[in-house]
Amino acid sequence: MSVMTATPEMKVVTEASRLVMPRYAKLRFDKTRDRWVILVPERVLVPDETAVEILQLCDGTRTVGEVIDTLAQKYIADRATIAGDVIPMLQELVGKSFLTDLAEESHG
Amino acid sequence: MDDAFIADPTDTLSVLDGPGAATHVDFGIPAAVLAELTHRCPLQCPYCSNPVELERSSAELTTEEWKKVMSELAEIGVLQFHFSGGEPTVRKDLTELVRHASSVGLYTNLITSAVLLDEARLRELSDAGLDHVQISFQGADAAVANRIAGFRDAHAKKLQVARWVRAAGLPLTVNAVMHRQNLDQLPEIIDMAVELGAARVEVANVQYYGWALKNRAALMPTIEQLDECERVVTEARKRLKGAMEIDFVLPDYYADRPKKCMGGWGRQFFNISPAGKVLPCHAAESITGLEFDSVRGNKSIAWIWQNSDAFQKYRGTGWMPEPCKSCELREVDWGGCRCQAFALTGDAGNTDPACSLSPLHDRIFKLAEKESIGDNRDFIYRNYAASTKRV
Repeated sequence: MSVMTATPEMKVVTEASRLVMPRYAKLRFDKTRDRWVILVPERVLVPDETAVEILQLCDGTRTVGEVIDTLAQKYIADRATIAGDVIPMLQELVGKSFLTDLAEESHG
Repeated sequence: MDDAFIADPTDTLSVLDGPGAATHVDFGIPAAVLAELTHRCPLQCPYCSNPVELERSSAELTTEEWKKVMSELAEIGVLQFHFSGGEPTVRKDLTELVRHASSVGLYTNLITSAVLLDEARLRELSDAGLDHVQISFQGADAAVANRIAGFRDAHAKKLQVARWVRAAGLPLTVNAVMHRQNLDQLPEIIDMAVELGAARVEVANVQYYGWALKNRAALMPTIEQLDECERVVTEARKRLKGAMEIDFVLPDYYADRPKKCMGGWGRQFFNISPAGKVLPCHAAESITGLEFDSVRGNKSIAWIWQNSDAFQKYRGTGWMPEPCKSCELREVDWGGCRCQAFALTGDAGNTDPACSLSPLHDRIFKLAEKESIGDNRDFIYRNYAASTKRV
């Protein structure tokens, strides 16, 4: 049996990406402790408000471009500024496997 | 906008106190609960964590009783539910239970030997909302693994089911319980987990109570084996960083300090036995003289967790004798393991002999060391015939 070389390729987030939380990670509101949590195998993680808002918008139907549009409208902010903030955050969440890209999967 | 931040409160993870908690609550309800649906199991692993007194199927909670338990747990703030056993898939109602757990918002984890699963049933469980699967492996080599499990063809079946799990898009954890007779296979077990696409592997050295204590002479690893084991894990963690997590548990016979067993008695964990008893740990029923409340009684699970005698008895530091009482580490390890103290000293209120400060430590360590270099390879297999349950 050979050992696979474990170098997960970096998936680059673009405005065309269509992100969604993977099946094993669940965003839930924990009413007992009055906060949002992310449930993953054997762990409970606590996201801050910004992470919750972004994760909720990444529902697998919106593209990243549409997520940026939504946030720019909500915060009445310059779209390019929002994009400059949001794309690195999404990139980080993808890197930590809290989001996966459906657009990438369907294209191969 | 601030940077998105996701905290991983590893140490406080199980006890997330919050504004929703009732008044006078000292201990938040655990975030995860382990349910031993049954003690029935086709495997006969000689280190099984189930009590030596196995529960008969006639005593098991019914489908409706388990559903009620799950609803109650979700209501009081439990977030994750582990379906365990025995072998949970022997329960014909497992899919129905998983569906119910999922419908009340619990994150569901199946802890299984896998040998009874086929592809159709796995899909059924997946469709019912199962979130994660953990499969136990007894080794990397089929002959060795099957002998330890006491089940013909177990290993091949497990490999097949692990592949179905991944094909169904479910995340997989490989659980490998390690001891003298399989530690030399650890590198191959880690390779196997990588090849199967596991996201996590648990390298869990046997803890010696219950069945494992009966089989200690055949299982106790040598010090050299454990040194090699640590080296292999350290190397693999470095190599597989970002691709596969490796959890690692040392046997506490060879540690200087006792383990923080269950995160401390009654602090962040409880499990529910097949018959519905709410227990501070899987082995707690081995301590004679403790009475455990059941979900079948008239008390709520939250009340049992907060107030019942069994949980209060060894909670905190008030029960501690010396050398624990004045020890600076008393709130670090919480006195170690009560079940081990009972099994090895006859009193659960004694200092865990795994601690080097215990007056019994040296004697027990020397005995274990002697056993580890002995040539006993025979197992007392875990089954109803060898069980001491009086019926």
